[in-house]
Amino acid sequence: MKRRNFIKLSGLGLGGMMLSSVPILGNAVSPESFLDSGMDVALKKRLADAALNAAKSKGASYTDIRIGRYLNQYVVTREDKVQNVVNTESFGVGIRVIADGCWGFAAVVDAKSEADTAAAAAEAVAIAKANAKLMKRPVILAPQQGYGEVSWKAPIQRNAFEVTIEEKVDLLLGVNDAAIKNGANYVNSMLFMVNEQKYFASSDGSYIDQDIHRMWPVFMVTTIDAKTGKFETRQSLSAPVGMGYEYLQANPADKVAGITTRYNKGYDMLEDVIAAAKQTKEKIGAKSVEAGKYDLILDPSHLWLTIHESIGHATELDRVLGYEANFAGTSFATLDKLQSKAFNYGSPQVNVVADKTQVGSLGAVGWDDEGVKTKQWDLIKDGILVNYQAIRDQAHIIGEKESHGCCYADSWSSVQFQRMPNVSLSPGVGPLSVEELIKDVKRGIYIIGDGSFSIDQQRYNFQFGGQLFYEIQDGQIIGMLKDVAYQSNTQEFWNSCVKVCDERDYRLGGSFFDGKGQPSQVSAVSHGSSTARFNGVNVINTARKV
Amino acid sequence: MSVILTEAEARTLLQKVLSYSKADECEANLLGEIRGNIRYALNEVSTSGSLINQNLAVQSAFGKKVGVATIDEFDEASLEKVVRRSEELALLAPENPEYMGVLEPQQYVESTGYFESTAKITPETRAVAVGKSLELSDSEKLTAAGFLENHNGYSAMMNSKGLFAYYPSTNVNFSLTARTEDGTGSGYVIKGYHDFDKLDVAAATKIAAQKAQGSVGARALEPGKYTVILEPAAAAVLLENLYFAMDARSADEGRSFFSNPGGKTKIGEIIVDERVTIYSDPAHTDLPASPWSGDGQVQKKTMWIEKGVVKNLSYSRYWAQQKGVSPLPSPNNMIMEGGTATLEELISNTERGILVTKLWYIRPVDPQTLLLTGLTRDGTFYIENGEIRYAVKNFRFNESPVIMLNNLDTMGLPERTVSTESNVSYIVPPLKIREFTFTSLSDAI
Repeated sequence: MKRRNFIKLSGLGLGGMMLSSVPILGNAVSPESFLDSGMDVALKKRLADAALNAAKSKGASYTDIRIGRYLNQYVVTREDKVQNVVNTESFGVGIRVIADGCWGFAAVVDAKSEADTAAAAAEAVAIAKANAKLMKRPVILAPQQGYGEVSWKAPIQRNAFEVTIEEKVDLLLGVNDAAIKNGANYVNSMLFMVNEQKYFASSDGSYIDQDIHRMWPVFMVTTIDAKTGKFETRQSLSAPVGMGYEYLQANPADKVAGITTRYNKGYDMLEDVIAAAKQTKEKIGAKSVEAGKYDLILDPSHLWLTIHESIGHATELDRVLGYEANFAGTSFATLDKLQSKAFNYGSPQVNVVADKTQVGSLGAVGWDDEGVKTKQWDLIKDGILVNYQAIRDQAHIIGEKESHGCCYADSWSSVQFQRMPNVSLSPGVGPLSVEELIKDVKRGIYIIGDGSFSIDQQRYNFQFGGQLFYEIQDGQIIGMLKDVAYQSNTQEFWNSCVKVCDERDYRLGGSFFDGKGQPSQVSAVSHGSSTARFNGVNVINTARKV
Repeated sequence: MSVILTEAEARTLLQKVLSYSKADECEANLLGEIRGNIRYALNEVSTSGSLINQNLAVQSAFGKKVGVATIDEFDEASLEKVVRRSEELALLAPENPEYMGVLEPQQYVESTGYFESTAKITPETRAVAVGKSLELSDSEKLTAAGFLENHNGYSAMMNSKGLFAYYPSTNVNFSLTARTEDGTGSGYVIKGYHDFDKLDVAAATKIAAQKAQGSVGARALEPGKYTVILEPAAAAVLLENLYFAMDARSADEGRSFFSNPGGKTKIGEIIVDERVTIYSDPAHTDLPASPWSGDGQVQKKTMWIEKGVVKNLSYSRYWAQQKGVSPLPSPNNMIMEGGTATLEELISNTERGILVTKLWYIRPVDPQTLLLTGLTRDGTFYIENGEIRYAVKNFRFNESPVIMLNNLDTMGLPERTVSTESNVSYIVPPLKIREFTFTSLSDAI
């Protein structure tokens, strides 16, 4: 049995970008091999049936098999240089069973025959039976109907893996050139592209073939003030998306005008880098913030990360129960708070939905990694905590009859577990534009883009930075600020949410490499919102003398 | 054949790989490893697993066009295939102006990082070790979540100029979060060694248990500047952000804490208290590390900060050539010198202060000052007149390791610890620091 190769992209000049480690799964291949169609579905079904039958004959009461082909392409540049082009492919099979009431898992790389998958299934049963001896409580699995032979494809318009490396390199070097021409000293730019080709089959009678695409164009611009030696940076305002290369073809309708242009379903990387280069110069001369209480206006390109950390992770049921206590931590949003049906997570303006279906989002799939059809459900309704994120072996704990469909594994070789669906703040119901939102603010700060982020292990106390900060006085934006971070407590913060703009302003942000578990697995997740206002939040000044 | 190749087996295999090369230059990196882990939560085993992995990466170069291909099957056909593929990728690649060519053969220092005690760990060994911890947690009525992982592996490399390097090593890490049943107290411990015989799971469990029970009923103190005693695990996660920044290129480029105006760097400048000395040494007995870098460069004992003065920053081979200096690879370990006081002695010499077990979710806030934010976790205690008086609620801090090392009061006896952020092992003393900046309170336990 082999497992994935886990290499870290290091020394690639990622500079201060928040990509401390980028996992690469699989073996390096030539880009042409991405165009191979992969294993035929009929053969996948035969391999799956062999595993299902073998596991059953060895005594499994439940079996699922995932046959996965994972393609990754990363293009990494700085200024006028291509630093790296990474092309990887990983193919294998993961089989999970319940035997004697206990989970067992085995994986096999490059499985080609029914004998390969049958042997791995037998191994998974043997592991389950061995682990059953240590078990205190048998697994209770929520019932799940079988769907027969079905398929789902991400509705992309242009497969990023069919675009030549030359076109991608030309784009990034063009972006870098524009940054330098507009006064930046340094620029790093990257394209991350992922294609998951996943086949799932289970003893419930499902055979599900899915094709999932994700991409993330990102840059960081650095400008140095020659006089003082101080420097400022600005990251791209792009979002990682569940889309093809069409994300890089921005239509006028995808652009959100304002103090700086932000983007919706299409991203103009060249336009954004030019703005970024100019803004780093403006940041150098910006006023250092005066610490104190401010009303915050948070753009969706910023607010997604606050939602992710303070609501997304806090409502993961495995954290709530204590399964992640030694690493990611537990949660303040305990079961008694859910059961009380009266826990004010936020103000009545705060409605938060979990979702695995939203078109163009990172979480969108037809079925999750345990064959559950995906859906949308409420986490916070009119400010009250009403649900968690739960998968098949957790649903009974919160009295649910079925899984929420948010189970995921980052590779065929990883065991699937509960992962965050898209978690989004619903737009406000009445018509409200960003201009109208800002108009009433006496002393505030408008924050665009995500920056430094940190939150405690139960998700109470957090601190967030950003990319761009604008001072608001008497309803007017009066200039740029720097050295800004805000600190708050999750419940206090969401209860200070007084207004959310309407659906016209709704946009997605997201995380391409969200980590969880020991050993750690990554997953990608989107968070949508419209611009929102939070009153009286504590802002600190982060400038220091050394 | 085991995936763990002997030096002779690795040499033979790499020679075969290079024999297929038709490129101007070729370099092959080989690794084999056996990993195992056991994870538990709510006082029962949640997952356990093992990984057997081998991998060969081949880098071929035609002029400055470079391609890398990897493979995990080592039969002759696969070896030839991976060399051919790396050559095809090199021919497709744009020129890399920073490619420096492969190195001539080098001489490396001796470093013993391999221990039989760790190499022979089985699933049963792990289960027995964790069993002891679970038993203690049960008897103390604590809810335990822990992780034990072990690694046995080697890495080797060879290039077309005849350089050959081989390094076998083992490692085992154990961490535990123990919580009181009502969730009002939490304690943590982490230990890591090359030699499994040094790991005392029961003793470690007792530390976490004591911290969990002692942290019940924490009182709130006003945020502000406090004298703190950072246990080595807490100090390590701050110090490593200073270590990560010690790169000459970003300093020369003007975008690092180590930059000075006018394209200069802080090499030669005193930046912290003159008692601070930090060095790397692959042959260190308590923290051995590979005596070579991934590209074959020699790792030798190197001073990074000596008596408060920046002595070195790392230079890649390309950047060293640009600057006309000798290359210096990033270190494979870091050791901070300290004093002789035990943690208990540091506490007993403290009039008023806060003892910090662990810091969590550390993120950079400003790269120019190395300002970091994060929170205390799993055991934070108020000290008065040389004694721990009571547990205090957790704090968020905003502090720079540079400022912290300027506010150094006392260093204790250095010990080996593991970063809970990066999983890297270091040798760090417990540090007593004046005026450490806590900016808000957290309700988290």
